[in-house]
Amino acid sequence: MTMALIESKTLATATASIEFTSIPQDGTDLVLFVSARTNATDASDGAAVRVNPNGSTTSKTERVLRGTGSSTSSSTDTFFNLRANPSNFTANTFGNSSVYIPNYTGNSFKTMSADGVNENNATSAQQEIRAWLWSNTSAITSLTIAAIGSNQMVAGTTISLYKITKGSDGIVTTS
Amino acid sequence: MTEVITKLVVNCADGTSEVVPLTAEELAQRESDRLAYEAQEAERLAAEEAKENLKASANAKLAALGLTADEIAAITA
Repeated sequence: MTMALIESKTLATATASIEFTSIPQDGTDLVLFVSARTNATDASDGAAVRVNPNGSTTSKTERVLRGTGSSTSSSTDTFFNLRANPSNFTANTFGNSSVYIPNYTGNSFKTMSADGVNENNATSAQQEIRAWLWSNTSAITSLTIAAIGSNQMVAGTTISLYKITKGSDGIVTTS
Repeated sequence: MTEVITKLVVNCADGTSEVVPLTAEELAQRESDRLAYEAQEAERLAAEEAKENLKASANAKLAALGLTADEIAAITA
């Protein structure tokens, strides 16, 4: 098994979204690391960023387990969201998330998992575990990470895309 | 002057990237996503608030029966 960086980008200026196109189809799984901050004015103002495989905004189901530091909850919705820090959180901090996308070139529906946290010098900051189902049989050839609504991701936001390739490394064997 | 909203497009095949303005269709999709997100968030937060209110009401009734705070915590945590 190998894990190789496909691309990593750090924003120099604010932008609404980052789109990774022409993702190589010779990997087995994808891993996405997102360290994001937006210009949203508070955490409830859509500070999250959203992942759109192949630019798709449909056929999504998301289940979320969430802790805020003082309470827990769960919910279901139709977006693939990740934590991002809003502008009123501690300066120069970011919301950090990782996404695992197995079998991204396959022709079955895509299941994915994500975890994420806010970093904030305060009593309330969210931690989340997410399970995603994209009911689409297409191979994933692009990924868009977008700020929600009228918000933008700000400078310093870093997004890295890796591919995992199965194979024999002398320790792990596949057949 | 109206701010131009952009996106960063990264071509994984050749490693190039460019900043381009969002199309009218993408801007419309953003607005549509925002409205849908706000509606879902409002519904979720309302459900959480209702749950918290029920919890507080139940705890108050247990306290009225004579249970201590520790006893309530022991059976509800």
